Amino acid sequence: GADSRVSTGTYIANRVSDKVSGLHDKIFMCRSGSAADTQAISDYVRHYLSTHALEVGKPPLVKTAAALAKRICYTNKEQLLAGVIIAGYDEADGGSVYVIPLGGTCLPVPFAIGGSGSTYIYGHVDNQYKAGMSLAECKKFVTEAVTRAMARDGSSGGIIRLVNISADGVDREYLTV
Amino acid sequence: MASTGAGYDLSPTTFSPDGRIFQVEYATKAVENSGTVIGIRCADGVVVGVEKVMLSKMLLPSSNRRVATVAPHCGVAQAGLAADGRQVVARAREEADSYEDTFGIPIPPKVLAQRLGEYVHYFTIHGALRPFGAATMVAAYDDREKTHQLYVLEPNGVCLRYFGAALGKGRQSAKSEIEKLDLTKLTCKEAIKQIAKMIYTTHDESKDKPFLLEFAWLCEETNWTYQLVSQDLVDEADAWAKKELEDDDDDDDDEEMAS
Repeated sequence: GADSRVSTGTYIANRVSDKVSGLHDKIFMCRSGSAADTQAISDYVRHYLSTHALEVGKPPLVKTAAALAKRICYTNKEQLLAGVIIAGYDEADGGSVYVIPLGGTCLPVPFAIGGSGSTYIYGHVDNQYKAGMSLAECKKFVTEAVTRAMARDGSSGGIIRLVNISADGVDREYLTV
Repeated sequence: MASTGAGYDLSPTTFSPDGRIFQVEYATKAVENSGTVIGIRCADGVVVGVEKVMLSKMLLPSSNRRVATVAPHCGVAQAGLAADGRQVVARAREEADSYEDTFGIPIPPKVLAQRLGEYVHYFTIHGALRPFGAATMVAAYDDREKTHQLYVLEPNGVCLRYFGAALGKGRQSAKSEIEKLDLTKLTCKEAIKQIAKMIYTTHDESKDKPFLLEFAWLCEETNWTYQLVSQDLVDEADAWAKKELEDDDDDDDDEEMAS
């Protein structure tokens, strides 16, 4: 899940942007930092991932998408300002989340938060997270977290976009106030 | 009887009038005249055996390895010019390593086979380069499909997947022997013995130099990693093969006596 605010200074350039980019059928990337940088990264990863999927003949694994994104973020760490979260579903590892913060390190994690608004909700998510939550509980967790971040952070706002990825497919929705 | 080539065989960049590239065919000849390499994809793994010709009695048995590990889950055996083969192995290791770095997963066997095929083929389309005088047998495990696989890569760049394959001097008779086996039931341990027997059968005591058996395998027992077969299994196969050959000779003698 993510908010939808893109700002240049105090001006909100786009209040309904989509910060959850699809990399493949069941692999998505949450983007934060410079929009230009993260869009470029997601375009590259999408390209490499599709070529890879053709070569292997199967849907790519989430860890492959994460490895590709990490390579780009780390090799170009001086030029980029991008914190991304790669998440998705594959038949080998099930649902997985990988977080790639500013320096280009890649960490497999049970859950991740990122972006300017995330600094205000670390305590909240650490308190609320439980392993093995149901879909409804997960949605509530994400929605609450993003809401609280949007409340305190000037650079976060707009609508909340949620993407639910599972073995059965992908479900996109958005929540307004 | 191969045609002479007569002017069309000076460079890999020249086709002959009947559509052949002689330099690549000559490279294949280099492989055909080398020690036999046999690979079998058994029910429970892949086994590769090499007839390692001992050029000198002074050589350590473990030197001049014809088998090599490319990545934990895949390995190769070389037939043909050893130095050319080493180059292919080096490239395979680079490919496997960089693939895992970039994509975060072990290189799938069919991707490795394709990459090596492209690499070897590259050397057949340049006038300044010569084709590899080595063929490579690739044994690998696909972690996603959970299957073990065997590929053969020829000097012309073609890389095909096999149930059983043979390269080198004894390949013709080895191939017909492999076809007689039931590969759906054959176990790796049994295959080691059979391969040893095939190598001994095709080895001509009077004409060929002395040789050693070198075996490597990839199976459940090795946790799907490519490893040298332990020396006692090799010795066991060696002894069994020799005995089988003696028995066969005795049978032939008995037949002669009877008639």
